[in-house]
Amino acid sequence: MTPHLLAATLPDGLTFAIAGVIALVGSLGVVLSRNPVHSALMLIMSLFGVAVLFVEQDAQFLAAVQVIVYAGAIVVLFLFVIMLLGVDRSEAIATEPMPAQRLMAVGLGILALVEIALLSRERWPLGAHSVAGKARGTGHSNVYVLGRSLFTTYLLPFEVTSALLVIAVIGAIVLARRPRTSAGPTEGEAAAAEAGGGPLVDAGELVGSGAPSAERRVEAEEALARAGDRIGEPVGEQEGLTVVRRPEQ
Amino acid sequence: MQDPLFIHGVGLGVVIIAIVKVLVVFAVLLVAVMLMIWLERKVISDMQNRIGPNRAGPFGLLQSLADGIKLFFKEDLMPDRADRIVFKLAPYLTLVPAFLVFTVVPLGGVVTIAHHRVELQVADPPIGILFLLAFSSISVYGAMLAGWSSGSKYPLLGSVRASAQMISYEAAMGLSVVAVVLQTHTLSTRGIVLAQAPHFWDWGVFRTGIVPFLIFWVAATAELNRPPFDLVEGEQELVGGFNTEYSSIRFALFYLAEFMNMITMSAVMVTLFFGGPDGPGFPFLRWLWPILWFAGKTFVFLYVYVWIRAALPRLRYDHLMDLGWKRLIPISLGWLLVIAGVIISPAWGFGILGGCVVAAVVLYQALKVARRRREIEAGAAGLGRAARVAAEVQLRQLAGPHEGGAS
Repeated sequence: MTPHLLAATLPDGLTFAIAGVIALVGSLGVVLSRNPVHSALMLIMSLFGVAVLFVEQDAQFLAAVQVIVYAGAIVVLFLFVIMLLGVDRSEAIATEPMPAQRLMAVGLGILALVEIALLSRERWPLGAHSVAGKARGTGHSNVYVLGRSLFTTYLLPFEVTSALLVIAVIGAIVLARRPRTSAGPTEGEAAAAEAGGGPLVDAGELVGSGAPSAERRVEAEEALARAGDRIGEPVGEQEGLTVVRRPEQ
Repeated sequence: MQDPLFIHGVGLGVVIIAIVKVLVVFAVLLVAVMLMIWLERKVISDMQNRIGPNRAGPFGLLQSLADGIKLFFKEDLMPDRADRIVFKLAPYLTLVPAFLVFTVVPLGGVVTIAHHRVELQVADPPIGILFLLAFSSISVYGAMLAGWSSGSKYPLLGSVRASAQMISYEAAMGLSVVAVVLQTHTLSTRGIVLAQAPHFWDWGVFRTGIVPFLIFWVAATAELNRPPFDLVEGEQELVGGFNTEYSSIRFALFYLAEFMNMITMSAVMVTLFFGGPDGPGFPFLRWLWPILWFAGKTFVFLYVYVWIRAALPRLRYDHLMDLGWKRLIPISLGWLLVIAGVIISPAWGFGILGGCVVAAVVLYQALKVARRRREIEAGAAGLGRAARVAAEVQLRQLAGPHEGGAS
């Protein structure tokens, strides 16, 4: 296959030019805009540009997945985080915490470009057409060919990847999950129970026994202090009754 | 499978036909939205024993037009703290996906115009139905950014709700679409319609065993933020939802998008599950009957949407999330397995169905046991609380003689 710098026909060329400009402007916008939400929007624009370029390369499935997964899910998550954490203010980029990384970025960028140029040899604008065999000329659509090779040649990597993703999801849930605070005994309750040697005995001892004494009073106060929450604290007085905050059920 | 329009190269005639198709579909969709708003108001009024709009035009048909003109000339307000660019962009971000999805819906058969064979749909990409999923996931941005850019609390809360809801139900929707794709062996919308063509028992709703259709229907209703899933616009909690700060034509654009989405989703359901333009034709005006069938089926769904709005109360937010994540997604996953099994052989299908049922029962029992245990633990904790209350009571008694004397 001879290297093509420009696409085959005029409509192809026009599409490539427009989509390329969109993708480039979007990427520049991601880096240059000061507001993180604007950056995220620019990222979506860039992703769309790249998706159109994929369609141009006959990789329709890749284009659809790009939009569904990246634009439709991942950037939405970015936006969620940006909005909920309230970091949607413009950042002061003038002060650079690590001056060395600018130089490194330039160096690494050049390195990556050289690498791409070397790896893709004579087809440098586009890279290799496919790794799974021809997409065109088989009489089947790109989706068909892709699905076929995913579920035959590359079945094991495909399944292993999905297992990996499931493991990652479960791991994330395990790490992020907080112990239940409402249903199980809270720290305060545990401490109170400990102080009296079990909840029932505790209640009986404190209420049912003996005359009021200073010792008992101290003991009860201590138990309450250990309980550590504000349940039962008087919140106001009304017609001779002390209004006490009730423990929530 | 290629669009027959482009087989013989792209000439001037082809370009003109393509442009005309886009314009016609856009105009039809706009007029349909106008009529749909009128229909919704009329039907709802009828169900509530009211008359509804009856001043503008015959039977109030021009009411939506009048409202549109009024909104167009109203003052366009922008909150002080709004993000100006995003605030202006958001309404279009809701509108454009709604229209784009409609472009892949086959509206009729194939006709011949000036020696070109033309499919009666704007575009038939090989990834047709993925295009639908892609743009329904994009439509999240409209609501999300509208709420955020308003620089106001309630719209932000509304938009967070909206995006969480739409993302959640997308998964169930995608899985039920996969069921149809499994049966029809193609992603192209035209291909899906053709695969359902000869008899009505070949329609997707029967071939996939009705469950994916029901799931798709519920998920689509949630995607559209239609009642009973319209938590995005909970008037009581959120003032008006993500569009609270909008006024004038931008506000109208949100409504336009909502109704356009409704029509689009109904059309997609007809395409996926009810054979699209499939139906008995007659020897005269052959091209017309498929279009009429398509319009008729879509109308049924639109009417049902109005009906649901009149009949059902709004869900609570946690119920909404439970329904999406704990019920719809597992059911559609299981059903997908069953369909895959049936394609191999009926024995496999029934085997997998049995396995799914057993697994579901076991899981349900396990959850029940876990809940019971949690309740018992909570009961013990409740006793702990009782102890503290008792301590409190005693403290009051002890304090009585000294401090309680004040009252």
